[in-house]
This record gives sequence, structure tokens and C-alpha cells, in this order.
Amino acid sequence: MYQKKTAYLGVFAAVAIIFGYVESLFPFFAGIPGIKLGLANLAVLYILEKYTWKEAALVSAIRIVVIGFLFGNMFSILYSLAGAALSLAVMTLMKKRSGFSILGVSVSGGVSHNIGQLIVAALIVENAAFLYYAPVLIISGVITGLLIGLLTREVAKRIPDL
Amino acid sequence: MKKKEVLFIAGILVFALVLWGFLAIFRRGDYGTVRITVNGEEYGTYSLAENRKIFINDTNVCEIKDGKVRMIEADCPDHLCMKQPAVGSSGGTIVCLPNKVVIEGEKTADPETDSSAFDAVV
Repeated sequence: MYQKKTAYLGVFAAVAIIFGYVESLFPFFAGIPGIKLGLANLAVLYILEKYTWKEAALVSAIRIVVIGFLFGNMFSILYSLAGAALSLAVMTLMKKRSGFSILGVSVSGGVSHNIGQLIVAALIVENAAFLYYAPVLIISGVITGLLIGLLTREVAKRIPDL
Repeated sequence: MKKKEVLFIAGILVFALVLWGFLAIFRRGDYGTVRITVNGEEYGTYSLAENRKIFINDTNVCEIKDGKVRMIEADCPDHLCMKQPAVGSSGGTIVCLPNKVVIEGEKTADPETDSSAFDAVV
């Protein structure tokens, strides 16, 4: 059982890294800077559904560090970590406490991911001026969260239980 | 999807739209100048009426042309700031995260604020 889990986590980390690479080829989603579909979150959300937040955090951290070193820089790692950490914390809480399905959990993750990145960005440039961007990021978080939630639900139906 | 999830999502959307509305009202006005800050410190304030290129330290170059400012050069790898829409008379913000450069529209020019007149390297 333990080996099987290790293998699955490795596969999902690899999938997340490839999704991250694919997305780095298209830095713009719907023409608005900073908005991405967050395909890599599919793998993280799936792991969170099947295991616990610990496994999801592991896969998420591996993805961010590998993607950061391959295609990004120190800044992109920092932003990604902030977004991913807040989003995973919120998703874990929502999954446990709210009784939401994978869709609601995914939406809360998408929104909190964007808010986390915006806060870190505002702290780093020491300028709150572009916090006006928040509504756009919240709405895009809802849309991308819904899409990723739907995708993950469909994927989960087709993968045999781990 | 459960009913409470639909309510949750609708609630978030309503909140975002209300916030958007408030910010839009708050930001309304005539933006005649832009302020450039680097690392949270003011770099200079420039009138949008005058066409010029502004060299921001050694990292970024922005251009004021036809009442709008655009980032035209940046030494960071992603160049996201150069793809952000120009800031004109309706305000807005251009951010270069790696270099911590922020260009933001400022309402109505006060002639005293053109502090950059002498320190700009053009």
C-alpha cells in the first residue's frame, strides 16, 4: 500500500509539473495579466480528495520548487508558495468543515490563491495601489476554480481508487 | 452542486462586484500625471501631457506618448509589465514585480509635484 501511494504521489507531482510547464507557455488567460487557469491545481486537488492535506502540500511544494527552478525565478517561487499555501489551507478547511463538494472546495481554493498572491505582491512592491485589482482576481478565481473543480471531478471518476 | 455551495459562490461574486463598484467610484476622476515608485519609495511624478521617455534606474524604461504611459523596456525575464495596458487619463497601474516598479495614475496635476524635473536621466 505504501509503495503504491509513493508511486501515485510521484506521478501526480510529475503531472503537476507538466501542467505548470504548459501554462508557462501561455502566461495570459483571457488577456488579463496574472490570471492563469491553474491546471496544476488539478493534481493538488485530486490528492487532497484522495489523501490528506499533507500529501497535497508535498506534491504542491515539489511542483513549485521544480517549476520555479526550471522556468521561473526566486520571485515566482515566492508568489507561487504564498498562493498555494493559502489556497491549500482554505481548501483543507472547507473540505473538513463546510461539507462542500469538490466544486465548492475548488472555488474557495482558486479565490484564496489569487488573494494570497495579490497580498504578497503588494507587500513586495510596498505599494497598495494595485489592490484595486482584487475584484478581477476574485472573479477570475471563481471561474478558474469552477473549471478546475469540474475537471478534477471528471478525472476522479475515471481513476480507480488508490 | 449543493445549494449552500451555490450561495457561497454567488456571495463571493456579489462581494467582488460591490467592491469593484466602490473602487470604480473612488477611482473616478481625471488623471493628469503618473507617479513612479520603486521599492515603495517615490521615484518621480510626471505629467502625461508631455511626450518623453523615462529611464527608471537601470531596470525599466517607460514612455509617455499621446497622454498615455507604457512600459517599453524591462530587464526582467517575463516582461509582464510591458504587456500591461497603457495608463492614460482614466488612471490605472502598471506593475513590474521583479524590479518592484509601480507606475500609477494620479488625479489632477499639481505643478509643485513635478519633482522629477532635475533628476530624470533622459
